[in-house]
Amino acid sequence: MKLKQLEGLLGDLEQFSNPKVELEQYPTGPHIASRMLFTAENSYGDITDKVVADFGCGCGTLSAAAALLDAACVIGYDIDTESLETATLNAEELEVEIDFVQCDITKLQLKGKIVDTVVMNPPFGTRKKGADMEFLSAAMKVASQAVYSLHKTSTREHIKRAALRDFNAKSAEVLCELRYDVPKLYKFHKRKEVDIAVDLWRFVPKQN
Amino acid sequence: MRLITHNMLSCNIKGVTNGFPLKIESVTVVEKEVDFNPDFLRHMFAKIEWKALVEGARSMGYEELPEDSPDASELESDDETFLRKLHHALLELHLEEGALVCPETGRKFPVNKGIPNMLLHEDEV
Ligand SMILES: C[S@@+](CC[C@H](N)C(=O)[O-])C[C@H]1O[C@@H](n2cnc3c(N)ncnc32)[C@H](O)[C@@H]1O
Repeated sequence: MKLKQLEGLLGDLEQFSNPKVELEQYPTGPHIASRMLFTAENSYGDITDKVVADFGCGCGTLSAAAALLDAACVIGYDIDTESLETATLNAEELEVEIDFVQCDITKLQLKGKIVDTVVMNPPFGTRKKGADMEFLSAAMKVASQAVYSLHKTSTREHIKRAALRDFNAKSAEVLCELRYDVPKLYKFHKRKEVDIAVDLWRFVPKQN
Repeated sequence: MRLITHNMLSCNIKGVTNGFPLKIESVTVVEKEVDFNPDFLRHMFAKIEWKALVEGARSMGYEELPEDSPDASELESDDETFLRKLHHALLELHLEEGALVCPETGRKFPVNKGIPNMLLHEDEV
């Protein structure tokens, strides 16, 4: 599948109709989502024929992108019922198979080494401090191959240090810096917060 | 929810030590065909918990998997019968309605519209 085609398909997906502020529900736009998954596959071979998990999948944009790039199995995890219902409809619309699980990803311990790759756009931790780190920690425990994640550029040094020191990463690399249009979803968003700089990271866990 | 997803889930209630595998109570099971990928299945076979898969498949009405985990020669053989069964059990059976039950406490995690709800109550964390 071509990048443009992937971006087009993702652009048609339903997104949060009633975003919940406390869960930091804003979608990954089709531009970023398509590039994130495309890079993961084309530069690293981390998606096609792999088991891909999407932590905090929301309405399932990243899950859908993984499925469209022929992951062998995609599993989306989110805490929110409504988002998962929308995600299910999105998957049906695209005619892709995705399993969804409702859970608090920071409390759920997944067993075994079945998951190859985790892709995620976690809460940035602006509402619940440290949420981004909890997601990263959980992802690094589960992935046997790689973790792709978006984090605010302003936290770059902190992320790198924590990944290498605390989360068992063999490498932690910023693949690119992106402009993230967080749509003006919430009243408290001041203008300058509408467009923020985020890093696309690739983490490789140490083999145990 | 498919059995590949089930193979990773356990009951995370505080204090529970034997929360795996979750028993499956099935009300509605649907089957959807997906592409057969032998290399992927061989790779997965090494990672899955066999017993959890066999029991899960059985409670969803699929009895074709052997009780004991077959050895590697069967995976490499030209006869793909076993791999086809593994494929079906792991990737084509969906639990649509039912529950996952903690083997230690009996706590039920409902499965509605294919989505297991693993959220814990406040007094369980
Ligand atoms: C920034 S949104 C990203 C949504 C989606 N991944 C996307 O790309 O469009 C973060 C998501 O994480 C979910 N979330 C927040 N806290 C969570 C938790 N503790 N466990 C699981 N999901 C959570 C929210 O419901 C929301 O869908």
